[in-house]
Amino acid sequence: MTVTVIQQRSVVARKRLVNWMKYLAAHRMLLAGLLVILGLALIGPIGSFFVDVETSRPLSEWPGESPTLEYPLGTDTQGRNLFAVLVAGLPLTLRVAFLAGSLGLIIGTVLGFTAGYVGGVVDTVIRTASDVLITIPTLMVLVVVAVSIKGLLSVEMMAIAIALLAWMGPARVIRAQVLTLREKGYVAVSRASGMNDIEIMYKELLPNMLPFLAASFVNAVIIAVLSSVGLQALGLGPTDAPTMGMTIHWALEFGAVLAGMWWWWIPPLTVIVVLFMGLYLIATGLDEIANPRIGNSS
Amino acid sequence: MTVDYVIRRIGIFLLVVWAAASINFFIPKLAPGQDPILGALLEATQDGGLAGDAMLDIADQYRAKYGLDQPLYIQYVRYLGDLAVLDLGVSFVSFSSVRDIILARLPWTIGLLGTATLMGFIFGSFLGAFIGWPYSPRFLQKFIVPSFMFSAVPPYLMGLVLVWLLAVTFDVLPFGGGYQRGVIPGWDFEFIMSILKHAALPAMALVVTDLGVRALVMRGTILSLFGEDYIRHAENRGLKSWRIFTWYGVRNALLPQLTWVALSLGSVAGGAIVVEAVFAYPGLGTALLAAIQGFDFPVVFGIVFLIILSIAVMTLLLDLIYPLIDPRIAYGKKS
Repeated sequence: MTVTVIQQRSVVARKRLVNWMKYLAAHRMLLAGLLVILGLALIGPIGSFFVDVETSRPLSEWPGESPTLEYPLGTDTQGRNLFAVLVAGLPLTLRVAFLAGSLGLIIGTVLGFTAGYVGGVVDTVIRTASDVLITIPTLMVLVVVAVSIKGLLSVEMMAIAIALLAWMGPARVIRAQVLTLREKGYVAVSRASGMNDIEIMYKELLPNMLPFLAASFVNAVIIAVLSSVGLQALGLGPTDAPTMGMTIHWALEFGAVLAGMWWWWIPPLTVIVVLFMGLYLIATGLDEIANPRIGNSS
Repeated sequence: MTVDYVIRRIGIFLLVVWAAASINFFIPKLAPGQDPILGALLEATQDGGLAGDAMLDIADQYRAKYGLDQPLYIQYVRYLGDLAVLDLGVSFVSFSSVRDIILARLPWTIGLLGTATLMGFIFGSFLGAFIGWPYSPRFLQKFIVPSFMFSAVPPYLMGLVLVWLLAVTFDVLPFGGGYQRGVIPGWDFEFIMSILKHAALPAMALVVTDLGVRALVMRGTILSLFGEDYIRHAENRGLKSWRIFTWYGVRNALLPQLTWVALSLGSVAGGAIVVEAVFAYPGLGTALLAAIQGFDFPVVFGIVFLIILSIAVMTLLLDLIYPLIDPRIAYGKKS
């Protein structure tokens, strides 16, 4: 008896995996986006085999060298090995983005579920709060935070600050979904079979919203990258961390563009643009899954 | 449009303004070990002059003068009262009123951002409509790839690329500042040309990226519209496809497009601020950058408050106009 159940389960699991693979094959945008992000995530760990990450600090190398075999991306005016900066800094940039995106998604999911499911005053409060906060640009609040603590912003603090302003998108999407799904027959069946509200929310409704959750996660990540890189370009990021945004800030500060030191600012710029493209590809791919009508007509 | 909807929207607007003000008031207070007055005095001592113990007395004097010895809630109420009459305080660095500093920079930002957003909206919407329309020329539909790429670039990074291409490598357009040094400001041809030339690069950076975003959104809307029954019906009635495109497609798609603009105002303004800082354009962004670097708190908070306020006003206006031009949706009903 149990053996057959386990067998059935593994068959189901395998079927799911196959289904996911088919999904990815059918939605090439999603696949391409995921591959791009994976590639970027691998630059850090793989690159650290080829370069001493410590040389990403100022004064580690001869300053202002153009790219050579020894320094594939050259060095900057302050003597950072720019290849080491890329290897050490890209994972930091990705960490801010994904940490902020995940936290924002978690806060948004909980609030969106509560608003849609509980309704009433709770719904009104959460909805009003999200209406208010969605008008306030994340970057501006980050500027106030960062100036107040005189630029002592660590990578983690930045992620938390962004997350507190990145939950509204997910919360709205999820609230709307809960409102439509809650009227479905299977919710009534689960209630009749004795499940409580929280069980229904997380066991019955949540799995049905995975594409929407994934899409709003990607959007939260996009907001996180945009505002964190913007903040850093203004010089308010972690000054001791070689993140991509800080590298752009130093390049601007030392007039790298006018001085013709293209090797200083083009790599971080390219990496950020590729990151955005990967995220947009994923977002578009997920959108095709969540709203199949768009996918069919194109 | 019901009265309920208008009241709710105005209520939200007031809440946004209040939230923005409170962020400016409480976040600096929450930060550990910050005393701007003592900090400023300590900096003054470094330049030579003040003695140790007397400094604390001076700091107390200043605190009393600015009401910082009062309990927090009194300070808060006073602060809100000052903001209500747009009294944003005095700069720590230049000692002139923050309102005057902002007013001097504001025309530059409004000119640049207003023109760029409008151009991005118009060109982007039409480009997107042509990309999405099944009967448009093939080469136009190919534009999906560049619009996708441009939409993925933050405007300030696009600015760097444009500076490198057009100001450094080919030297066609000037970089930095608002007009040529030595040109006397006035309503003459030379000055206006100089302004336009200097605005060209930052404006291009903003337009090109904004255009990409708008085109993608418009394409999506148009694509979904062309599956609708009323378009089928119009096609079957034998209407010219051009007429269906403009009158049945684009006209209806412009409405959702406006909502998207309202939703993206924040990120557009944020991006424009950084663009200005990158180009040393004499608008609010450059003033913000300078204030950040000099820890000129009143100017930073003043500019941040003004930006949030203007976005709130714009969003309110768009939200109030939207139901007037879109009669299909009855607002004010509980969703």
